[in-house]
Amino acid sequence: MAAVTPDQLHDHHHGPTGLMRWITTTNHKDIGTMYLIFSFIMFLAGGVMALTIRAELFSPGLQVVEPELFNQLTTLHGLVMVFGAIMPAFVGFANWMIPLMIGASDMAFARMNNWSFWLLPPAAILLIGSFFVPGGATAAGWTLYPPLSIQMGMGMDMAIFAVHIMGISSIMGAINIVVTILNMRAPGMTMMKMPLFCWTWLITAYLLIAVMPVLAGAVTMLLTDRHFGTSFFNAAGGGDPVLYQHIFWFFGHPEVYIMILPAFGIVSQIIPTFARKPLFGYASMVYATSSIAILSFVVWAHHMFTTGMPTAGQLFFMYATLLIAVPTGVKVFNWIATMWRGSMTFETPMLWATGFIFVFTMGGFTGLICAIAPIDIQIHDTYYVVAHFHYVLVAGSLFALFAGAYYWLPKWTGRMPDEKIGKLHFWCSLIFFNITFFPMHFLGLAGMPRRVPDYALQFADFNMLASIGAFGFGLSQLIFLWVVIKAARGQGEKATARSWEAAEGLEWTVPSPAPHHTFEEVPVVK
Amino acid sequence: MSLSGRLAASAVLLTASQGVFAQSRYNFQPPVTTVAEQIYDLHTLMLIICLVIFIVVFGVMFWSVFKHRKSRGAVAANFHENTTVEIVWTVIPVFILLGMAWPATKTILDMRDTTDPDITIKATGYQWKWGYDYLQGEGEGIRFVSNLSTPLAQIQGREDKGENYLLEVDNPMVVPVGAKVRMLITANDVIHSWWVPAFGVKQDAIPGFIRDTWFRADKEGVFRGVCAELCGKDHAFMPIEVHVVSTTQYADWVNGLKVASIAQVAADDRDWTRDDLIARGGEVYAAHCVACHQASGAGIPPAFPALDGSELVKGEHAGLLDIVLNGKQGTAMAAFGGQLSDVEVAAVTTYLRNSWGNSVGDEIAPDEVAGVRTR
Ligand code: HEM
Ligand SMILES: [Cu+2]
Ligand SMILES: [Cu+2]
Repeated sequence: MAAVTPDQLHDHHHGPTGLMRWITTTNHKDIGTMYLIFSFIMFLAGGVMALTIRAELFSPGLQVVEPELFNQLTTLHGLVMVFGAIMPAFVGFANWMIPLMIGASDMAFARMNNWSFWLLPPAAILLIGSFFVPGGATAAGWTLYPPLSIQMGMGMDMAIFAVHIMGISSIMGAINIVVTILNMRAPGMTMMKMPLFCWTWLITAYLLIAVMPVLAGAVTMLLTDRHFGTSFFNAAGGGDPVLYQHIFWFFGHPEVYIMILPAFGIVSQIIPTFARKPLFGYASMVYATSSIAILSFVVWAHHMFTTGMPTAGQLFFMYATLLIAVPTGVKVFNWIATMWRGSMTFETPMLWATGFIFVFTMGGFTGLICAIAPIDIQIHDTYYVVAHFHYVLVAGSLFALFAGAYYWLPKWTGRMPDEKIGKLHFWCSLIFFNITFFPMHFLGLAGMPRRVPDYALQFADFNMLASIGAFGFGLSQLIFLWVVIKAARGQGEKATARSWEAAEGLEWTVPSPAPHHTFEEVPVVK
Repeated sequence: MSLSGRLAASAVLLTASQGVFAQSRYNFQPPVTTVAEQIYDLHTLMLIICLVIFIVVFGVMFWSVFKHRKSRGAVAANFHENTTVEIVWTVIPVFILLGMAWPATKTILDMRDTTDPDITIKATGYQWKWGYDYLQGEGEGIRFVSNLSTPLAQIQGREDKGENYLLEVDNPMVVPVGAKVRMLITANDVIHSWWVPAFGVKQDAIPGFIRDTWFRADKEGVFRGVCAELCGKDHAFMPIEVHVVSTTQYADWVNGLKVASIAQVAADDRDWTRDDLIARGGEVYAAHCVACHQASGAGIPPAFPALDGSELVKGEHAGLLDIVLNGKQGTAMAAFGGQLSDVEVAAVTTYLRNSWGNSVGDEIAPDEVAGVRTR
């Protein structure tokens, strides 16, 4: 995507060139591009780990990796995908699109923006590099529960520092987004006229500012328990291992919404465009997003139903979790009402958005089933949960990211995405995704625990199916690379400013590709 | 069966072939306790509710996807809100959720009622095995450790895998049918989770804390479960096997163990030669140490140090006994003092000093272990 912002064409860019241009850039489009490339690299790295896991699980017995390495791979797969792929990808979208959508010339704190990106590569090196230190990477699961995480070698300390660094990066990115949205909107762009993507990111940014410090605190307590003789989580010293879980999930549940709210925003931009009809229930979408965010602070212990909390606690967290289904339902209903009596076409972005609604909602249903505490006690820590969160994270967050990438690719590169290859990517992903993850529901119900390198014989056939699907899914993602490279190299149909027939919003009033500097003269929104 | 359960069950008959749902391949294992049965019914009820919503919502969506297409000449309407509709689809889900929460609440209250047990058993999670202590009721005083019995050769693919691959143990937990069993669950090192799906019981085992749960098995048989919380390297290899037997069989089992343990105590109370200790120590090593330190004594450094050639192993008795009895904080090395008798500790330490390349040529006597313990 280097061709994205051809600065040669625009004489006001006089900064350094070559590598130094990227290292010193304060341009929101350059930084957005770097975030997107970084997250795709991390996505591939996490994907290779996932495929190694699936290779080991292809059949019962130990064949490919030893249990220690297997646990390291599941742990790093989770950390890399959550903190390295999904979160930075959404920040990349925010950088590119929020200024364009609200008519601002750049992000509010352009230098800090550079810094928040350039913190990420060192964090990634710490994480991936930890495989090569004595003892290997941390193998305590991405949740890093003590006392197991206390037993780990120095790979664990590297992961802790990586989490710290990525947390700082996220907080700085979030502050930037909040200030940009609140202060830099073009005249006439009132809050309730803002594109929904900006709304969902505004709320997400507040969630990030609220919970990333909590995570940083939790892992710092791990660090001092490991090296400085404290006993926060050590019962022998008067601490409590379960305390860590409370702190972690107080971060962890809002975190899942950090990964899905911007996805809701992207889909809410795309559906109206291809239905040629305004978004249904704009105001209720804003309220639903806010209620989801607020409720997400009072449901954390639904990840802990088996720790043995008081009955009243189980009941409270079950009821609160069920309640989140209401605003989530409102969103789905609004999208469908937007489609209803529209005049729809199904270009690649719309296919992904429709696929998102369909498959994400299946993850919502299993979430509801997990929320029923007695059922969760059976399926917690089984493959059922693995299926659930991949339906919401892969078919949810990731599919929405692809939808957004196809949708805004013309604005980034000046070329329309290749429809044939894009559709191939969609259908391969959708089919292989379901082959991989649908059977996992059955595995979990029938009693297969998660995070195991080996399993009993009755689980053999579904595991084989899931592994086949996983390799298909992994390979399908190379198709995406093809589409993007093609457009970035300037091949394919040239895009007009309003690349899609019925696209609405300020981002479509600037040329495609968007010039290096946009909205230096402030636009006015009527 | 509760009302919702009956509703659910009859609906299953209508919506799916009974055969598919009765097998545990696609669904929960057949329940053998009332709690597990309630969970099973709750899940069926949830599935049906979700299925109905799914059909309605996606029926509408796909109708729209196929009918309201530009290529079919559809012209876009321009509505973008409707307060009545929006209120309706906020309020109806609330009622559906209440319908789900009600039976779930009843089940929770039932699951938590651990009062008046007939038998109380404490299960302790160790890296990577379970220990059982019968604390109250018939069999009080029985204690044993339960290890995976699947041979390594099967795991590594050098032998055909048996029917109960990874779900079989050397010493299963035994309980009488129809008795209310209260389980006290704890752990020694890291968090584990004691899970028997057919009983509807899963309880995290938390080091330093004791949590409880209960079950009353209505059917005799062998029921298998696994550790459900990631606990390190051999998390996949510490299953749970529970035999539910008739009351008379249970009494026989209890008596058999009592006699055997008296015999064992008598047999252990003798003078031990070095060779006897080494032989006995080999058994103890295979049961308790081999998972980490490996049969070759080479360990898996740096997490699991080698014992072959170790200065600590070959050095002063006190140092070796200290780490075996008290473990090492912050590592996977457990305190075995609570699990092993004096004879067993003496045997295994003697074995270490005289195996592989280690040839110290002395022995550690059970009395010496007893002496260290009392200090
Ligand atoms: C209708 C909405 C949702 C509900 C009711 C719900 C409910 C739950 C529950 C109860 C669990 C705990 C299961 C267990 O560990 O036993 C869980 C796990 C999880 N959920 Fe969701 N969820 C929803 C949406 C999401 C979304 C949108 C995401 C992310 C984008 C997400 C990501 C996860 C993840 C990553 C886990 C696994 C955490 C772990 O490692 O234990 N969920 N969900
Ligand atoms: Cu949660
Ligand atoms: Cu375990």
